[in-house]
Amino acid sequence: MIPLSWYLLLSATLFCLGIVGFLVRRNLITIFMSIELMLNGVNLSFVTFAHQWHLVKGQIFVFFVMVVAAAEAAVGLAIIIAIFRARATLAVDRIDLMKL
Amino acid sequence: MNTDLLRILPETILVVAGILVMLIDASLPPRAQRRGLIWVAAPGTMLALWASLIQLRLDPGTAFFGAVETSPFTIFFHVLICGIVLVALLLAYDTLPRDSHHQGEFYALVLFGASGMCLLTGAVELLVVFIALEISSISTYILAGYRKHTGKGPEAAIKYFLLGSFATGFLLYGIALIFGATGSTQIYEVAHKAASAQNHTFIVLALMLMLVGILFKVSAAPFHVWTPDVYEGAPSPVVALLSTAPKAAAFALLLRVLYQMLPDLRSLWMPLLWVIAAASMTIGNLAALRQQNVKRMLAYSSIAHAGYLLAAFAGLADKGIAAAAFYIAAYAAMNVGIFAVVTLISGYDEHLPLVADFRGVLYRSPLLGSLLIFFLISLIGIPFTGGFFGKFYSFSAAVGGGAVVLAIIGLLNSGVAAAYYVRLAVTVAQKPENGMSQAALPVPQIGVAVGAALLFTVGATLWLGIAPEPILRAAENAAHALQ
Amino acid sequence: MHLILFIVFAGLCLAGALNLLLQKHPINSALSLVVVMTSLAVLYLLLGAEFLAAAQIIVYAGAIMVLFTFVIMLLNAGREERTLGSKAAVALGFPAVAAILAVIATVILKAQDLGSVSLSDGITSTEELSRVLFHELLLPFEVTSVLILIAILGAVSLARKGHGDQEAGK
Repeated sequence: MIPLSWYLLLSATLFCLGIVGFLVRRNLITIFMSIELMLNGVNLSFVTFAHQWHLVKGQIFVFFVMVVAAAEAAVGLAIIIAIFRARATLAVDRIDLMKL
Repeated sequence: MNTDLLRILPETILVVAGILVMLIDASLPPRAQRRGLIWVAAPGTMLALWASLIQLRLDPGTAFFGAVETSPFTIFFHVLICGIVLVALLLAYDTLPRDSHHQGEFYALVLFGASGMCLLTGAVELLVVFIALEISSISTYILAGYRKHTGKGPEAAIKYFLLGSFATGFLLYGIALIFGATGSTQIYEVAHKAASAQNHTFIVLALMLMLVGILFKVSAAPFHVWTPDVYEGAPSPVVALLSTAPKAAAFALLLRVLYQMLPDLRSLWMPLLWVIAAASMTIGNLAALRQQNVKRMLAYSSIAHAGYLLAAFAGLADKGIAAAAFYIAAYAAMNVGIFAVVTLISGYDEHLPLVADFRGVLYRSPLLGSLLIFFLISLIGIPFTGGFFGKFYSFSAAVGGGAVVLAIIGLLNSGVAAAYYVRLAVTVAQKPENGMSQAALPVPQIGVAVGAALLFTVGATLWLGIAPEPILRAAENAAHALQ
Repeated sequence: MHLILFIVFAGLCLAGALNLLLQKHPINSALSLVVVMTSLAVLYLLLGAEFLAAAQIIVYAGAIMVLFTFVIMLLNAGREERTLGSKAAVALGFPAVAAILAVIATVILKAQDLGSVSLSDGITSTEELSRVLFHELLLPFEVTSVLILIAILGAVSLARKGHGDQEAGK
């Protein structure tokens, strides 16, 4: 017997590690992978809540998140390829034609 | 089942039109002109607009097991979004490079994206909200990087994409917590169960996380950092679209989440939005003051306008929603219009991006110059234009809701904003210096399609400024439907 | 038994996530992410989501991560450098994220009646899943096809070479 809050804590930790990666890393692909880590953290929450409420809807949500993640990966990596062709770098600090 | 299909008719038409564009595009010879595909895209959008109006005859209600609904609220936003998309398509027809063979995918992406935005305004199931938001976002990420052979195009796309996906993560976590607290993701059920939910703190946390996601999409401070870069790097016809249509859809979602799903938490979200509205106005306007690039200036101005709009959320439910809906319509009309004019003056490749480059436009092309000044007047909020009534209703809603200080901050900000709008207007009206290269520049050609688009936006801006009652009544009906 | 499995795989998950953050080379980060995803699949199984666990491995670890690895190899991405910007992000980011985590953790720990899970709990059958997916959630399921269509269209149009050669030539 394991309390569900453990799963939720793990999920929150993964989500926050994803945020840290997004903020700290300096490579476009690694930043994108950090976002995937955040989504995985959220997915664990969905599955946990699905178990808590005995509702399959929570699990189905995860399917849709997977589809969206796949679509995002296809588009995001295509953008990364386009930027690599145009600028020959993947370092965010060099992608600075336009200053914030 | 028949009415179920009628309730998603506009979205279906947009998707079918997009697929038709792709099919015809594929069947044309590789080196053929693709511009003619507008004859599929534009009528498709008009048909979707008409279909939205047809939905007025349906009784308000939900379809597909409570996944989507039709009500005066959704119809208001459907018509608005279809109108914006139509103008953006006409603008793109005349301004996209004519020797490109890839206009087909541009039109298809715009149409698919529009279907996502329309679905977002009608979704009452958080799963549909999530997917519709992603459809609208992913298509705009791609469109933002459409000029991929310039350095700035992919840069705009990647910034928009990474920050957008990051924000979506927060929204999704919020949805997960809503599901955890109430055991449902259907907005009506959530609203029903939220009051009696055991883990109330879950709902509060979920609201915060969802707000991060949605406020990013409407580019409110402090989630606005992507806006200037994306607007600068994306092609101007795309900016005309993505500064208005996805924002209108996201504001519709914000209204739905706050007023329909979690109205009981008003005492919590009202002060938050108060701060965000004030911050957006102030940061947007102060940053716009020192911009030299016209598109960046308009980007900061759009952040400020998001702030004016959020001021309406301080109002009581009926007045606040109506004012917000009206403001979105007025903002969309003038913003699409000004980006259309800027596209024509700067050119698709943006050889004239700076405020200083706009000097003497009034003499080179009296029509474009006066249109630009007209839209600037509306953005300032001078009477007889849509911008005036938008601000008027928004601030009076805020005052009605007890946020007098916010309305005063808004008025002060409008004064600051006038400074940079007037600076651009004065530059446009200045005589070109003798021997300056600008005087020798060719007069921008105004094609039939873009002419129609300009006529439409000018007409809408004037109509909203002179006779706002019909639109205001539609907005009030929309507000009524949401409660 | 459940406790041991949870501790092992939650530990693997966290180790993988931390490794993703600490590795300098993107390919190592990608492989760490695969570890995270696979351990998550086991956790899904512990929560009774059998089909989801399979999909997690096939779709996430199998398809999406392979795409990532492929792109990393294709672009021959190198080690990343620490820059001034990244140091500022570390200094500002860590306290902020720690605060977020603290808030979420407090909310979770204060939550009442979340229940618990044990190995004897039933497993969700695929039949149950499909009944909800193709009945109540038919509309979102169909709408997803539009999303995938956009992704295909976008990937082709962005990654294709030669689009607008004329424009580039100018």
